[in-house]
Amino acid sequence: MNKLGDSWLLSLIGLTGLAVIVSLYLVFVYVPTELIMGIVQRIFYFHVPSAWVGFLAFLVAFVAGIAYLMRREPRWDMVEVSSIEIGVLFSTIALVTGSIWARPIWNTWWTWDPRLTTTLVMWLYYVASLMLRRVVDSEDRRARFGAILSIVGFVNVPVVFLAIRLWRTIHPVMFSSEGFEMAPGMLLTLGSSLVTFTLLYLCLLVIRVRIEYLSSELSRLRQLSIPARS
Amino acid sequence: MRFWRGVAAIVAKDVAAELRSKETLSAMFIFALMVVVIFNFAFELRVENVRQIAPGVLWVAFAFAGILGLNRSFVLEREGGCIEGLMLTPVDRSAIYMGKLVGNVLFMLVMEAFILPIFAVLFDVPILNPALWLVIILGTIGFAAVGTLLAAMAVNTRVREIMLPILLFPIAVPVIIASTRSTGQILDGLPLSETYTWLRLLLAFDIIFTVIALLGFEYVLEE
Repeated sequence: MNKLGDSWLLSLIGLTGLAVIVSLYLVFVYVPTELIMGIVQRIFYFHVPSAWVGFLAFLVAFVAGIAYLMRREPRWDMVEVSSIEIGVLFSTIALVTGSIWARPIWNTWWTWDPRLTTTLVMWLYYVASLMLRRVVDSEDRRARFGAILSIVGFVNVPVVFLAIRLWRTIHPVMFSSEGFEMAPGMLLTLGSSLVTFTLLYLCLLVIRVRIEYLSSELSRLRQLSIPARS
Repeated sequence: MRFWRGVAAIVAKDVAAELRSKETLSAMFIFALMVVVIFNFAFELRVENVRQIAPGVLWVAFAFAGILGLNRSFVLEREGGCIEGLMLTPVDRSAIYMGKLVGNVLFMLVMEAFILPIFAVLFDVPILNPALWLVIILGTIGFAAVGTLLAAMAVNTRVREIMLPILLFPIAVPVIIASTRSTGQILDGLPLSETYTWLRLLLAFDIIFTVIALLGFEYVLEE
C-alpha cells in the first residue's frame, strides 16, 4: 500500500479516536443512570453496538464471499476472513457483556432466548469456519471453502433465529429483552456508541486486510528469492 | 433426464459398494445403539420419566450416527482417488451432489429403521405411526442435505473427518429443533394439526438447505 493509503487510514483512526472519546463522555458522564436497573444499564451502550458490529461483520463476509466466488480476486478472500475474525471478536464481546448484564437484571447468567441462542450458534459456526480455513493446505481451495462457508452461515442465521423463536414460544416467556422506554439522552448515547463501534470495525477491518495483504506479498517475495539464492 | 440417470448411477454405485462390505451401515447402527444406551445410563436416575427425553435421545443418536455415514461417503471416494473419477464423468457437479445426498439419506434411513424398534423397546414408545416416519424422513433429508456439502469440504482438509461435526451441528440446529419437537408431539399423542406447523417448517428447511448446498457444491469440487 502507498502513502496515500496510509494517510487515509491515519485519518480514519483519528476520527475513530475522537468518536471513542465523545462516546465515553456520553456513556459515563452525560447520560443519566437508568432508574430501575441502575448503573449496570450502562453496559447497554457497549453490548448493543458489539452485537451490531458482529452482525455487520458477518454480513460483510457474506458479500465478500459472493464477490470472491464471482470474481476470484484474492482481495475479496482477505476481506472475508478479516471480517469473520472481527465478527467473532465482537460477538464474543456481545455474549460476555450480555451475560454480565443479565445476571443482576434477569437474575441468571444465561437464558435460551432466541437472540442469545442465535448469537451463540452463529458464534460457534464462525469459529468452526475459521478452524476449517487453518487446515486447508491449498490457497485457492481455502479461499473457495471460506467463501462457501461465509455464505452458508449467513443464509442460515435467520433460519436459526426463526426455529429457536418457535421452539421457545411453546415454553412460557419468562423475560422480555426490551423492558424499558428509551429517553432521548439514551437514544443519543446509543447512536453515538453505534457510530463509534462501526468506525472501530472499519479501522480494524482495514488494518487486518492490510496484514493479510502484506503477508501474502511477503510469501510471494520469498518465493521469488529462493531461486535467486540457490 | 440425463441428470437423473447420472444420479441413479452414483446411488447404485454407493449402494453396491456398501452391500459388499456393509462397513458403514454396521458402524452407524452400532454407534446409534450405543448413544441410545449411554443416554439411558446418563439420564435414568435423574429423570422421572424416560419417555420425556426419548425424542431428544433419538435425534442425538440419529445425528451422531449420521455424521459417521456422511464422513465415510467422501473418505471412501478420496482414498481410492475415486473423486477425480467422479469429476471426470460427463455429468453435472449437481448430479454428483444429488447422488451422494440420496445415498447418504438412504443409509441413514436404513440405520434409523433398525434403531427404531430397539428404541421402542427401551423407551416404551409407540413407533407404528406414519406421521413419525414422515418426520424422520424429512429430518434426515435436511440433516444430510447440508451434511453432504460440508463432508465434501471436510475430507479435503488436513484433519479430514474431524471438521464435519463442528461445522455441521451449528448449521443443523433448525432441523434438529424441528425434528425433535415434532417427534415429541407425535410420541405424546397430540393431534397431527399441532405438529403441522413443524412439519411445514421441516419441509421448508429441507428445501433451503438442499438449494444452498446444491449451489455451493459446484464450487467445492473445482480443481
